[in-house]
This record gives sequence, structure tokens and C-alpha cells, in this order.
Amino acid sequence: METKSRIDFIALFLFVAITCIGIASVYSATSEAGAFTLLEGRSGKQIMWFGVSVFLGIIIFILNAQFFEAFSMYIYIALMLLLVAVLFIGADINGARSWIRIGSFSLQPSEFAKYGTAFAISSILSTIGFSWEKKADILKIAAIVLIPMGLIVLQGDTGSALVFLSFFIVFYREGLTPNILVLGIAAIVIFVLTLVFGSLAFSIGTVLCLLVFYAFTYTNKKVLLPSIAIAAVVILFSLSVQFLFDNVLQSHQQKRIQVTLNLIEDNQGAGYNVNQSKIAIGSGGFSGKGFLNGSHTKGDFIPEQETDFIFCTIGEEGGWVLSSITILLFVLLVLRLFHLAGRAKKKFKRIFIYSLASIIFFHLMVNVGMTIGLMPVIGIPLPLISYGGSSILAFGIFIFTALKLDASRVYDLQSHYI
Amino acid sequence: MYQHRSLYIYAVVVLIGLLYIMRLLQIQVIDDKYAIIAEKISLRKQTIYPQRGLIFDRNDKLIVYNDPVYDLMLSVPIKLKGIDTLGLCALLEIDKPEFDKRLAKAKSKSYRGKSVFKKNISNLVFARVQERLYEFKGFFFEIRQDRNYKFNSSSHVLGYLGEVNKLDLELQSDEFYEQGDFVGKKGVEKFYEDYLRGIKGEQYFYVDKFGVNKGPYKKGKLDVPAIDGNNLKLSLDIDLQQYGEMLLNNKMGSVVAIDPKTGEILALISSPFYNPSNFNIQNRGNYYAGAIKDPTKPIFNRAVSAPYPPGSTFKPIMALIGLQDEAINEHTHFGCPGYYRLGRRIIKCHGHTFSTSLQRSIASSCNTYYCNTFKNMMQSDKYANTEEAYNSWREYLKSFGIGKELGIDVSGEIKGWLMDASFYDKMHGEGRWSYANIISLSFGQGELGLTPMQMANVASVIANRGYYFTPHVVRQIEGIDKIPEKYLMKNYTKISPTHFEPVIEGMHEVTLSGTAAHIAIAGLDIAGKTGTVQNPHGKNHSAYIAFSPLENPKIAIAVVVEEAGYGSTWAAPIAHLLIEHYLQPDSVEGSSRQYLVDKMKNSNLIPLKLRALRDTAIYGN
Ligand SMILES: [Zn+2]
Repeated sequence: METKSRIDFIALFLFVAITCIGIASVYSATSEAGAFTLLEGRSGKQIMWFGVSVFLGIIIFILNAQFFEAFSMYIYIALMLLLVAVLFIGADINGARSWIRIGSFSLQPSEFAKYGTAFAISSILSTIGFSWEKKADILKIAAIVLIPMGLIVLQGDTGSALVFLSFFIVFYREGLTPNILVLGIAAIVIFVLTLVFGSLAFSIGTVLCLLVFYAFTYTNKKVLLPSIAIAAVVILFSLSVQFLFDNVLQSHQQKRIQVTLNLIEDNQGAGYNVNQSKIAIGSGGFSGKGFLNGSHTKGDFIPEQETDFIFCTIGEEGGWVLSSITILLFVLLVLRLFHLAGRAKKKFKRIFIYSLASIIFFHLMVNVGMTIGLMPVIGIPLPLISYGGSSILAFGIFIFTALKLDASRVYDLQSHYI
Repeated sequence: MYQHRSLYIYAVVVLIGLLYIMRLLQIQVIDDKYAIIAEKISLRKQTIYPQRGLIFDRNDKLIVYNDPVYDLMLSVPIKLKGIDTLGLCALLEIDKPEFDKRLAKAKSKSYRGKSVFKKNISNLVFARVQERLYEFKGFFFEIRQDRNYKFNSSSHVLGYLGEVNKLDLELQSDEFYEQGDFVGKKGVEKFYEDYLRGIKGEQYFYVDKFGVNKGPYKKGKLDVPAIDGNNLKLSLDIDLQQYGEMLLNNKMGSVVAIDPKTGEILALISSPFYNPSNFNIQNRGNYYAGAIKDPTKPIFNRAVSAPYPPGSTFKPIMALIGLQDEAINEHTHFGCPGYYRLGRRIIKCHGHTFSTSLQRSIASSCNTYYCNTFKNMMQSDKYANTEEAYNSWREYLKSFGIGKELGIDVSGEIKGWLMDASFYDKMHGEGRWSYANIISLSFGQGELGLTPMQMANVASVIANRGYYFTPHVVRQIEGIDKIPEKYLMKNYTKISPTHFEPVIEGMHEVTLSGTAAHIAIAGLDIAGKTGTVQNPHGKNHSAYIAFSPLENPKIAIAVVVEEAGYGSTWAAPIAHLLIEHYLQPDSVEGSSRQYLVDKMKNSNLIPLKLRALRDTAIYGN
């Protein structure tokens, strides 16, 4: 217990390394053949926001770690109020009401909401006596997650709302029954199969499976009813998926999903972004076309190439080598954060750091998956890399807070309730 | 509690990371589809057009030079967003419906990543649009070389450029041409296309989604500079050519002048002719239709495409054949009572002394002499029958380049008319024709047609005493320093050189005391032969062949003036003026003949009927 409080340099290094890749990529994606330097334009702003987050990080490190635990619910509530406020005073940009204008800056509260939610969840889950068996506790947790999700959906930013699903990773880690995850995965599988084969074919397939299952187990009368019930539920779900897909989803949403599942090719319409993005990344080859030499990036073929589709620039100019390194750095950062969470002596800290790691992982999986055609187009940024002040600042503060919580572990006593 | 679950989560994170890295490996390294598509989308090849070779005359006077034209192009895929359409319309001087029409057309017809929006834009409009081009994303200019001309002259020799057509594109072996390229369509532009066109360069660069150039590909490593075409030096003497064109002003006819020692064409005139500047890429659209409708046929190259019976200009050839075939010898005399009797038919002759020598027969153009010569040959014991004799006669003519294509480098060359024996078999019945049926061939009438080019070539043969070089207008291809082999070879006739002297003497007499004596030119020995060609459709054609000087000849010439009358009245004076102009450009004598020049220049010999027709055809109503 003599060790002094110290920042985890491995995580810090990974954080800074990814940020640097981000700044270079934003520079490449936005500069016109060296029309301005790294310090100007959007890359300059990116550096500035990183600077601001470092400044706030220093303040965070000055603060007492106890502060966060004590004020976690207040932080959450304050950020939720901001989400409500944005609905009324937000600026409407591209059909989404997600930004609050402050002078020349636009603040995106949904980026910070994850931070607040992580505090609230860490706080609730680490409360003595919390149990997944208690309905009240589950309702509390559900409310904490659903309130920001709902508010963000109201802003018209479904992608950012989906990010809150990453808390399920935390919940699973903290004891939530995996059945929910299994059900979720089963639902996704049925969803995909229904869209690929149609609900009729899927239902016939299910019935056939049921019959085959019978052929082997007809002696065992006990499985008869439950299996029929399961099949019925599955078929019902499939039919409702088909119904919802056909009647509730808007056509551009239908197309996005169909394009992702390779059901339709629509390279000029809904599939345009993904197609161009795959072309940009795919044309990078093994070692890439070189910094500032991405013809697809330079040609401005990919919409939002400095924000949601920033990975294209990395893939095109850095090739397989740099894209793999980037993914590797992220994976290492996530694993390192999991490790930091694991060594925390307080449950609050563990859950908070775990939340951060889960959120980064979710962003990585969805964002990169989208650019390489493995995920539908969901507009969320690649953490620390995509251009955007709010995202950079929010993740910066988030990471610094996690590092602070980790650094202060030496003062903690091993909690008895881990 | 639940610590083992962390392991599952770690595993999922690592697995997703690996999955993505493998997916990246697949699309980036293993599958090269995307790289190919990316290049297709964002890599553009721009052709750098070389300067087409310039064309000079034999005295290094520039005749043809390049004149840039601008095509406004659209980059494909066409994405026009936020463009000041009306502004562009105003600059291009078109209206909105026209703009939309062009846009629709451009969208439907694209080729190698680009599409034509408007062709052949003038320098002025180009400068205006270029200034604001950055505003019109997706539009760019292609610059190509049209032709322009220093002189309103020589259009039939020079020919013109045109856009390469589908057939040319399909037939080309070297993939040189792309749609929209200019290619020589006629004249030397066509014959020497391979030298004049040069070698195209290539420039590779990236474009953005609007087609705007975003910088070179691989730092220009793959770029290839264009290599300009070879300049061409013609054998034409542009000064002589223009002088001849002036003399043929308001006449339908031709002049072909050849340097017999080399076969180089010094002047090739077909009148009327079009202004070559009117037929370049930019202007042809405005003039072509009118030129096509013009009944005096300015596009038609009479010099190489029009067959005329040679009339009396044929007599020297007939004399040479008679001598070679021993139908006559150089001392043969025939009596001429002013006609030649053929059974009940009479072929008229002109007034001259009764007994004619070979020389006098040429100088006084005696028909009787040649009827007799021809009869002798056709009935010669050497031949089994008339057909055999005719075939022999025909072979002689062919050796003069008559009845076949000479292989000149001027567009539109024809064989002319020289019938097979079978033609007469069909006409009169097999074996049922004799010299009497074809006797008019002996003085150049009947089923015989020579182009002015072939007539000039005959003059060249006589000047050379028995051979000719295939006439050609190319003198030098710069940078190659040789001309096609076939223009350097002597083509021998079947006439022995010894037979030429008496005939040349006769032709000399023509200009001393014969049909062209009235226009003798002091200081110049000219051998000539007039011809008055019967024309069933109107006035006779006036024809003349000549060469000068007698020894070491420098110029051989043929002149035909349609529907003009006697050869001695029009064709001969024009020929003599041209010979003088070429051989004695500074002669004092020449300037005193200004009245003759003026007479030729100012006489309008185009039939009144055609003049009226021409006015309606070209100017409407
Ligand atoms: Zn006579």
C-alpha cells in the first residue's frame, strides 16, 4: 500500500496513439492538397479539443476520486437535463436536433450522456443490497438506461441511442442472467433469417425442424408441448418482424438493412456510402496509398469522411497495415481498460471503467463494421478519431476519469462486497 | 462473483477484432476488385494531343497550321449540384431548354469517363467560360487542333480533317484513335495522316466526385509527353498554284503541272474550288451543304476525278505508238484532202497543206494522218485480228499510265476510260468490229477518258523521252527524310526513247508555227499540243498539254477548260502563262502580256445556265 497514486501509462499511451491517428486522418480527410497545416482547419480544431480534454483531465486528476462517486447521480441528472434542453433549444442540423449552439461551438449532449449514464449505473449497481432479483432495482437500472435512449431517439439520432445497448455488456458482467443476451442474439438471428428468406419460408423451415426434432425424441413426451410452444413463439416473432419491417420501418431504413444483408444492391442510393467506403478501404491494399495520397478521400467520394466514415481514410491511405494497427490499438485499449476495471478494489470504479470499455468497444464494432460492410449504416463516431468536438471531449473526459479512478485505487481498501 | 464472465467478454472483443482484421485482409489485400473500381472512379487519363505536323510548300512557305478548338466536356458520372446553370447558359450563348437537351444527350452518351457537352467552342467563348470554370464543377475543356490555312488555295490537294468515324475506330490496328479525335479525311491530310498526327501523350490524374482534377497519379510517373507530328513539305509551288487558280477564275477546269525529272506535282488545280478555311472542323458545318449543292461542283477534284476524252492532245501518243509499232516511221507522209474517208463516212480535218509529215501532222493537228496510222496498226500483219491489235494498242496506253490509277497521293484518283476489247464485242458483236468502228480513238475521241493528271503525266513521259515518275505532292517528310519508295522509281513506257525526238519536234512546231504559235513566249522552248474536245452536252472543252524546255525539261503541264471552245484559245494560253511564271517569274516579256493574264482572269466561262443554278442552290430560291 506504499505505492503512490499513478496514472496507467499503457492506457494513456494507447489513448494518445489513437488520438494521433485520428488527428492525422482528419487532416488528410479535410485538407486540400496541403492547403493548410495540421494546426488549421478541422485537424486544428481536433487538436484543440484534445487539448481541452487534457486540461479537464488535469482538473479531474486534482479532484478527489470520492467526488465522482458522491456526485455521480447529480452528474447523471445534469446531463439528462441537458438532453431535455436540447429538444427545446437545440439547433436543427440535418434533421437531427442534437446540438446546442454556444457561441461558435456546437455541443452535442448525447455524447456526454454516456458519461453520465455510466456514473449512474456504477452508482446504482454498487449500492449495497442491489440485486438483479429485485424488481425495483431492475426498474431503476432500466430507467437509467432508457431515459437517455428515449431522449436521444426524440432528437432524431437513433444511432447514438443504440450505443446505450453497450451497458448490457456491463450488466452481463455484473450478474444479469445471460438468458437476455441469448434471447437477444436469437432475436437477431430470427430477424436476419426472416429478412433473407421471408417469414413464410422461415416458418416452414421452423416446422420442419420441429418435425425432425420429433423424429428423434418422440419417445419423450415431456418435450412435446414446450417445443411446440417455442416454435410457435419463433414463428410469431418472425411474422411480426416481417410485419414491422414492411409496415413500420421507413423505406430508407429498410434499404439500409437490406443492403447490409446483401439482399439488394443499391450502390447509388442507400448503399452508396458503404459501397464507396468499401472501395476506398479496399483500394488501400496492403500498405496503403500513403498519407494524403488517398484518391478516394481526396476525391470527396465518401460522405462524412472526416466523421462517421473516417476509417476509410485510414484504410485507404494506411492500407491493411494501418487499419489493423488501429483496430489492434482499440482492442488493446479496451482490454487494458477491462484490466484496470478488474484490478479496481471498489465496485463503483470497476463498473465505471467497464462501462467505458464497453462503450468504446461498441463504437468500434459498429463504426468500423459499417465501413467494411459488416454492419448496417448507424451514424456513430469512431472514438478519439472521428472529427467532432463533443465526441473528442466526451471520450477524453471519460477516459481521464477512468484513469483517475484507477490511479486512486491505492487509497482504497479492498471492499468486502465485491 | 461472475469474474469468469469477463473472460467471455475478452474473448468476444478479441474475436471481433480478429474478424475485422480478417475482413480487412480480404477486401484490401486478397480481393483486388476494390482497387480496380477505385481507379475507375477516381483515376482519369487525359490525352495530350500533339501538335499536328505543319504543311509547307516546296519553297518552305507555310500553308497549313494548327488552330485550337475547344470542346466543353462533362466528367462522368455527371453530378451537377449547385451550378449557376443560367450563368453558364449566358456564357455559352444558349438557352435553358438547349442546355437541358445537351445535358440529357451528354448523360446518354458517355465514353471513357467523359461526355461531350458542346463542341467546337470559339476562342472567345472559351476564354469567357474558362475564367469561371471552377464554378462549374464537372465541366472541363478538351483542346484539340483544328487546321487553318494561310492561303485560299490548294484545297483539293490539302484535303481536310474530320472526326474519326465508327468504321475507322473498328478498323484501326493500333488503338490510336478515340471517339471524337480528328483524322485526315481527304488529301495529304489523309495520305500522310500517320506522319502528321504525331504521338499522343497521356496524363494520369485523380478527380473528385465532380470530376475536378485533384493532382497527378503516382507523381506523374506514368505520364507520357506528346510527340508532335512530322512537318510535311509539299512539292506544290504555292505561288504557281495561286497564279493558276487566278487564271482559272470563273472557269470549270483543271491544271496539273509536274516536274518531269522527279514526278513532283508543282500545281494541281481544280476549278472552282472551295476555301480550305471553310472546310476546317469549325466551319465545315456552315459551308458543306452549300458546296455539295453547287452545280459547278467545287468539292469535285476534276484534276484527278474527271475523265475527258483527250482530243487532239492524244495525237503525240498515237504518233509514238505508231512509230514503236512500225505502223509509220518518222518519214511517213500521208496526203490529206481535208477529210478522211471511211466508206460513206467522212471525218473532217482542218485546212492545211495536202501532204503532211509526222511533224506537221502534230503542228497542224491533222486527223487524217492519225486515222491512217491507226488503220495501219489495226490491220498490221503482226496481229491475227483487230482485237489483238487493239489489245496491243491498249497495252501501249497503259504503259503511259492511261486507263489505270497512277497511285498518286491526291484524293479521288480514278482510272479513266480505256475499254476492254470485250466492250466492242458487246457493242458490235464478237469479232464483228474493225478499225473503222473505233477510228475516232486515233485522234482522242470516243471511248477514251483521261484525267488532267493522266494528261500531265503523258506530257511528263514525252518530256522524259519514255518514262515517268509516279506523280506525287509530297516532297519531304521532316524527321523521316524520305518519301514513299514508289515515288522514286522510274516507270518505263513501251516506247523506245529514240521515237520521241520527231514527236517532240512536232510538238515544238505547235508553239512555233502551229495551233499555239500565237502565244509563243520569247526565250522559252515549249513543246505542246492543243486539243479541242467534243462535248455532247455543250461547248467543246479546251485542252492542252506541254512541257518546257525541250532539253532537260523542268515542267510538264496539262490544262483543261470545260465548255470553253478551242484548245488554242484558252487552255494553251493558260499553260504558257503558267510555264512562263514558273520558269521566268521575273521576265520583262511576261509583264507585257498582262492583257492576256487579265483576259484569262476576267473571262467567265461558266455556262449561264449553271451560274443561275448555282445562285439558287447556294443562296436559296
Ligand atoms: Zn488533215
